[in-house]
Amino acid sequence: MLEVRDLEIRYAGVPAVRRLGFRVARGEVVGLVGPNGAGKSSTLLAIMGMVAAHRGQILLDGHPLAGRKTEAIVRSGVALVPERRHIFPELTVEENLRLGLVGRRSRDGVSEDLDRVAGLFPVVRDAGHRAAGVLSGGQQQQLAIARALVARPDLLLLDEPSLGLAPTVVDGVFDALAEIRAGGVTILLVEQRAQFAVGFADRTHVLANGELRLTLTPADADDTERITAAYFGS
Amino acid sequence: MSVLQTLIDAIALGMVYALVAMGIGLVFGVMRLVNFAHGELITAGAYALLLTNDLPLAVGLAACFGAVIALALAMEVVYRPLRTTTPTTMLVATFAVSFLLQAVALLAFGARGQNVGVLEELNRAVSIGDLRVRWVTLVSIAVGAVLLGATALILARTDVGLQMRAAAMDAKTAQLLGVRASTVIRFAFLLAAVVAAAATVLLTVQRPLVTPSYGFQLVIPALVGVVVGGMDRLVSATLGGFAIGFAAAVLGDVLPADGRVFLDSALFLLVILVLLVRPGGLFGRSRAAWERV
Repeated sequence: MLEVRDLEIRYAGVPAVRRLGFRVARGEVVGLVGPNGAGKSSTLLAIMGMVAAHRGQILLDGHPLAGRKTEAIVRSGVALVPERRHIFPELTVEENLRLGLVGRRSRDGVSEDLDRVAGLFPVVRDAGHRAAGVLSGGQQQQLAIARALVARPDLLLLDEPSLGLAPTVVDGVFDALAEIRAGGVTILLVEQRAQFAVGFADRTHVLANGELRLTLTPADADDTERITAAYFGS
Repeated sequence: MSVLQTLIDAIALGMVYALVAMGIGLVFGVMRLVNFAHGELITAGAYALLLTNDLPLAVGLAACFGAVIALALAMEVVYRPLRTTTPTTMLVATFAVSFLLQAVALLAFGARGQNVGVLEELNRAVSIGDLRVRWVTLVSIAVGAVLLGATALILARTDVGLQMRAAAMDAKTAQLLGVRASTVIRFAFLLAAVVAAAATVLLTVQRPLVTPSYGFQLVIPALVGVVVGGMDRLVSATLGGFAIGFAAAVLGDVLPADGRVFLDSALFLLVILVLLVRPGGLFGRSRAAWERV
């Protein structure tokens, strides 16, 4: 479904991602982990067309995304839950959800999808008329994921969904992600909490200094030494 | 002149400035572009009214709205390549467009002021108790209130309005959700044009002598109002426009006749004092988000 080939991203001439290549097949969950500055978020932004690739290709269902506007990529069935959630705090929860509908390819089944995300995250229904900014961090994360889901994406990109959340809240978010995965949505997950990602994803690529260093499977989730070694590049 | 009379006149002038400020604020919200050429929309509308002076009123109004909308959409096309440039480049470019259009008006119509005679009967006064109020004052208040309310409704209740508000708050996230930058920007220019055209009609009744710098002279104080109100939010920018018009009218009444030449100086002194105390604007938030679509 998604193929990243020999990707290089530069900021002011300085490489942030180098020769990165990986694939995500339909229905799979693939993780990207690594320390700060490893190039994980840059990779997601390049997929969304927000950052230009200096070299390499990003293919969605075999079609290159280069040169396509972000709006068009969203309408191809890709949705991003950005780092730090980026909900609109002054808009209501319901208005935030309505914005998620903008990227849908079809208006059919809108109410069913809204019901589905309300079942997954009851806060989007219970707090519909409240300003999104007054929600807790965990609730805002749920809203950000719900907003992405109502676009009915084929591929969901998640950037650090556990960032700034209490451990119990993180468990709740990953439980919801498991349900989303069970619903057949393909997921590319960027996560700082490496053990969570390795245990959750079908494959997890470890990035450091913009390069792919290692690929781990769920069987490696309990091998903390190996994860730590890969994480810190030793 | 009674205090009430002064207040009514001040509200009416405040409404006209609020409409101009709202037009500037609408475009700034989605594009982070301070459009100095907004005044030329008003000038274009005024000349359209002038050219259709002898035709039925409906034709004149249609020409005015048509000219302003066409010019605004043309501006949107001209500014499109500037979206990715720095705010300074955009600012200078809008100045250039403003002066270019003033030069075109100068070549086409000459430097001498020409009289627009549309809706002159609105200058007649009506007695309300002890007050003598011109019809145009009442119409300005009513039209201003209706347009401000209608714009607020469009922004609050429609999908494109929601997308405009989202783009004004966080343009990148709006794009990531599939909001088309070009659509919301074009719609912002369209709304700004409709409001500018309405302001043009009201203005030409009160100040019928049209010159090539007709709109530009109005936009400078309106822009000051936008800054004083706080340009990071449409509501604060509009309130700022209203405040500057209101203050200008009140100062015009309060100052002695031979002191009115200092009206602009007094107004700008007030502005400096406001910005010294509240740099983010009278009604604005403390920190602006300088993102663009």
